[in-house]
Parts: sequence; C-alpha cells; structure tokens
Amino acid sequence: MSMQATPSRPWEKEKIVRRNSGLTLLLGALIAYVIVLFTGFAGPDGWAVVLFALAATFTFFRNRRLSVKERKDSRARLLIAAASVIAFAPWISIFISVLFKGVKGLRPNFVVSDMRTTTPDDFLNMGGAAHAIVGSLLMVLIATVITLPLGILSGLYITEVRGRFSGVVRVVIQSMSGVPSIVAGLFIYTTFVDATGTFSALAGALALGILMLPTVARTSEEVLKLVPDDLRSAGYALGARQWRSTLIVVLPTVRSGLITAGLLGVARVIGETAPLLATALSNTSFVFNPVSGPIGSLPMYIFGMLQIGTENSINRAWTGALILLIVVFGLFSLARYVAGKDKR
Amino acid sequence: MHVVHSRGDKVFRGIVSAGALTSLILLGLIGAFLLARGIEVFNTSGFKFLTGSNWVAGSEDGVIPNDFSIGPMIVGTAIVSLIAMLFAVPMSMAGALYLEFYAPQNVRRVLVALLDLAAAIPSLIFGLWGVQVFTSFGERWAYFLSDRLGWFPLFSTISDNFGRSPFVAGCVLASLVVPITTSVAREVYSRTPRELVDTCFALGGTKWGAIRTVVIPFGKSGVVGGAMLGLGRALGETIAVYLLLNINFRYTFKILESEGGNVASLIATKFGEATPDEIKALVAAGFVLFILTLTVNMVASAIVTRSTKGAPA
Repeated sequence: MSMQATPSRPWEKEKIVRRNSGLTLLLGALIAYVIVLFTGFAGPDGWAVVLFALAATFTFFRNRRLSVKERKDSRARLLIAAASVIAFAPWISIFISVLFKGVKGLRPNFVVSDMRTTTPDDFLNMGGAAHAIVGSLLMVLIATVITLPLGILSGLYITEVRGRFSGVVRVVIQSMSGVPSIVAGLFIYTTFVDATGTFSALAGALALGILMLPTVARTSEEVLKLVPDDLRSAGYALGARQWRSTLIVVLPTVRSGLITAGLLGVARVIGETAPLLATALSNTSFVFNPVSGPIGSLPMYIFGMLQIGTENSINRAWTGALILLIVVFGLFSLARYVAGKDKR
Repeated sequence: MHVVHSRGDKVFRGIVSAGALTSLILLGLIGAFLLARGIEVFNTSGFKFLTGSNWVAGSEDGVIPNDFSIGPMIVGTAIVSLIAMLFAVPMSMAGALYLEFYAPQNVRRVLVALLDLAAAIPSLIFGLWGVQVFTSFGERWAYFLSDRLGWFPLFSTISDNFGRSPFVAGCVLASLVVPITTSVAREVYSRTPRELVDTCFALGGTKWGAIRTVVIPFGKSGVVGGAMLGLGRALGETIAVYLLLNINFRYTFKILESEGGNVASLIATKFGEATPDEIKALVAAGFVLFILTLTVNMVASAIVTRSTKGAPA
C-alpha cells in the first residue's frame, strides 16, 4: 500500500462550505449538551440522540427550500453520518478506554515483576505481568519456529514444485483458516495435553500454531505468486537448476514478503485467549521450561484479572490490554513497513 | 514450463513436498479427528444432538445415562450472531460510504488507518471493553426497549436484570464485526468506476443519487461477502461471548433476559471438568461449529474473490 497521488474528487465541498457546516454542527452539539443537562437524557448516548434529533429538525426546515431530489440527498447525508458515528464509536471508544484505563497501571514494575508474591488486589506498584509477557513470547516463538517453515514450504509447493496435491493443499489450508480458536484448543487438549498429562507452553504453542499456519501459508503463497516467471526463467537461463534458482532468485526476491507472512501470523495469534484456556492455562510466576506445566500468557493474564473483578485487578487487566494492543499494532506496523520496502 | 530435474532438484522437491504434506496432514488430521468424533456422537444420539436441550454427564456406573445435545446453544449462536449482523451490516455500509464519499481527506486518512488497526484488535479486548464499558450503555438501552416494547415477545423480560443478555453480547459482537465488514465494503466501494460516478454528476444527479444508482449496486456482492466474513467471525467467537453472557441450557428467545449462550463458549465453559464421554460430545459440538463457520467462510471468500477480480473496470 504505497502512497499515491490523490485524485481530485469533484464531489467534495469547498472549504468555506465545510467550515460553515462544521460551525453549525458545533453549535448543535452545544445546544444538545444544554438540553441533556436539563432533561432526562443522560450520558454520551443520550447526548447523541438529542443531537441527532436537532440535526433532523434543522435539515427538515432547511429542506423546505429545496427540490425533492436535493431533499433526498440531504436526508441521506444525515443518515449516513449518524450511522457511521454508531459504526465508529465502539472501536474509537476501545482505543480511548484502553489507553486511559491502561495507563494507570503502567509502571516499571508491571513489565519486570510477576504475581508470585502479589495478590491481584494489591496496589498497582506491586507485581506485574512480566511472567505473562515472557510466556506469550515463548509460546509464540515456538509456534513460529514450527509453522513458519511449514507455511513457506507449503507456499513453495504450490508455486514452485506445483505438485500433484497443490489443489488439495490449498483447499485444506483455506478451510482450516476457519477453525474456531476454541476448537483448535480443544483438539490439542484431547490429544497432546491428555497424552502428556499436563498443561504446558508446548501445548499452547501447538494450538497457536494450528491457527497460525493457514495465515502464514496463504500469505507466503500469495507473495510467491507475485514473483514474475521471467525471474525464474532467468535463473534457468544462467544454468541454475530449480533448487538453486529458487534459493538464490525466488526466495531472496520475496524475503520481506515472507517476513510479513510470519509477522501477520504472530499478530493473528498473540491475542488468542480461548485456545490457551485449554492448553497452557495460566501461572503467577515465570516459567521458562516449555514442557514443565501451566504457563502464564498476556491474554490469560487479562482474562484472569478481569474474572477476579476487584478494582485493582481490573486496572491490571486494562494495563495488560494496553500492552497487548501495543504489541499487536507494533507487529502490524512492522509488517506494513517491511511489505512496503518490497515494492521499491 | 518444462524443466529437467537433476538430483539436487529431486532432493529440493522432496523437501518442499514433505513440508507441504506435513502441513496438509497436520491440518487434515484435525479435520479427520473432529469428523470421527462427530460421527461417533451422531451414531449414538442421532439428530437429537442438534435439537435436544439437555447437557447431562452420566455417572461412571451408568446409573445416570449420558445425555448430550446442543440445541439451545445452536439457537443461541444464531440469535447472538443475527443481532450482531443486524447492527453491523447497515452501520458498516454507512461507515464505508462515509469514508469514501463524505469524509474530508484528512479525517478519512486517519480513520482508514485506525480502521485497519481496529480489525486487528483481539476479541478478548472487545470482551473486556464490553464488560467494563459497554454494559452500562447496553443495559440502559435494553431497559428502554423492554419498557416501551415489552409487549412484543422478543423484548419481554421476567427479571429486571438486563446485563449479560444476548442483546448486549450481540451489540459487542457487532462492534467486533464492524471493522472487518467496513474495511471490505470500503475496499469494494473504492473500486467503483469513476466514469460512472462522474456520469451521474454530469447528468445533474446528487451525491446520494450516484451512491444509490451506481455505488451500492456495484458493491453489493462485495459487501455481502464482507458481511459473511464478519458472520464467520461472530459464529466462532468464544471469549467475548463467554465474558458477556450467562450460559444457560434452555431454549430462549427473550433477547433482553440475561441468559443464552453459543456453541464456542459452551466448549470453553464445560471442557475443564468434563468426563471422557463429555469431551467427545464437546468435540462433536466443535465439529458442528467448524462445519458452520467453514460453510460461511467458503461462501464469503467465493463472493469476495468474484466481486474484486471480475469487476468491470
């Protein structure tokens, strides 16, 4: 997604018109606020309803001067604007609440200590989620080590080897991307956890891997498909066999694309809670051994703290959510940055 | 292109094929495993598994027989997802139209960037926000609905408790789905041929006229596909529903009452202290859910591919 010159948009309003309508909106918002203060409506939703009613009345009276066609146009504009406010409000509210509620507990100890000697309701300057962050990283690392090669090999199989099962591989991978995360967790629970007799980081990593593999494989395939056949032919023309041509021409060409595939896979699974519930469970202290037993993770930390439900534990959950969001967005921005480098 | 393969090539092709087949087998194994368990349970309880409303784990000595069925959970899944889609689809269409045709350039740039990020928010955070922030709003609206429209069976309530109801859970699922459907819809709308839109203006049409006659018909199948993708996510959603709904094993169509459930959250609730037979039934429930989401996803991706590739330029 590179920057492009933006085409002119003839339907766009001139600046002065836009400023006037902005001022009208501001005035309306103020009037609505005053009405909310003196009537039964309450909260931001009540205010929005009053504002909408005001805008509808305003539009109605202004419309009397207009033709039928223009009336319809301005009614549609009002409805679309109102509906998109409803569409955008939840996730903007999420960004804002995670930021403001999460910042409260964001202290140095949150990223260095664990919860071994701290109860969830202790003051926020005690204890932290370092063990959960380490656990998440460990599981995601194992999952990546397993799935990244498998995913890239699947992509290569479809685009380079073009083997007999290409179609089957593609269809199966495509359909497995629809596995509900809890079902992946349940599968590992009934096989791996049952066989080893314990929850563990490895079990968690396997469940995450099931969810990650389709993303990695599909992205790799799509990236490899973009390599022009001319490049492959050039490799052959220089006397390289297919394996050399793939290793020294095809793969380096899409290196950043393959890194993107890995990053997207990680971003896809790092916030998954349901599969970890059934495979890794949680822990209050650091665990570094992937097979020793239950291990903490950032999502399970947030989940657990929310379930406890005291004031400080909920604060901890929000701080955990803030860190999780930062990680996910960091991964996405990194993926976009790396993918952007390919285009040049 | 025909290439003669050397020994090195054969090794290379062998390694790549082995890797691809490993992923194939791994993923196929899960499918086969779910299928086997599903068939097993269907053989013992038949279609009652899908329609009955009991979830009783039998005792080991067999005095109390096993009785597993997921009827209420399937209905619950349908209700919650339906509420979510009912809100999400019109809102995302409006949101996408706003971003493409109404928003000022700079507002648009910021919102589109945020929208892409919003589609990546883990569902756990939607759950957290739903419980801590949204519920107070949802309860107020639910109270309003039951107060004014309580005579309508769907909105009637027995208790005065409006939190943790399918309505609230559905609203949170809607906000979870909106970023996905909006970004697909926006993508499709932005591909509307400029000449067609310009023609509308040249003929003296208004913006709404252009949208109604050109943009919306052009993007219809893309929007449907995007909605199906969102529906796939809503159907399989576990943790947000688990946090926002009281799981209850009874057929209920009262969307404002604080009881309900869906298949995914049933699995999350029950697997912890489940008996071996119960686990089998849960896996079978997982299989049903998998088939459901698989169908929806496949239809969705077929529609999206068709509408973005075969578009007249």
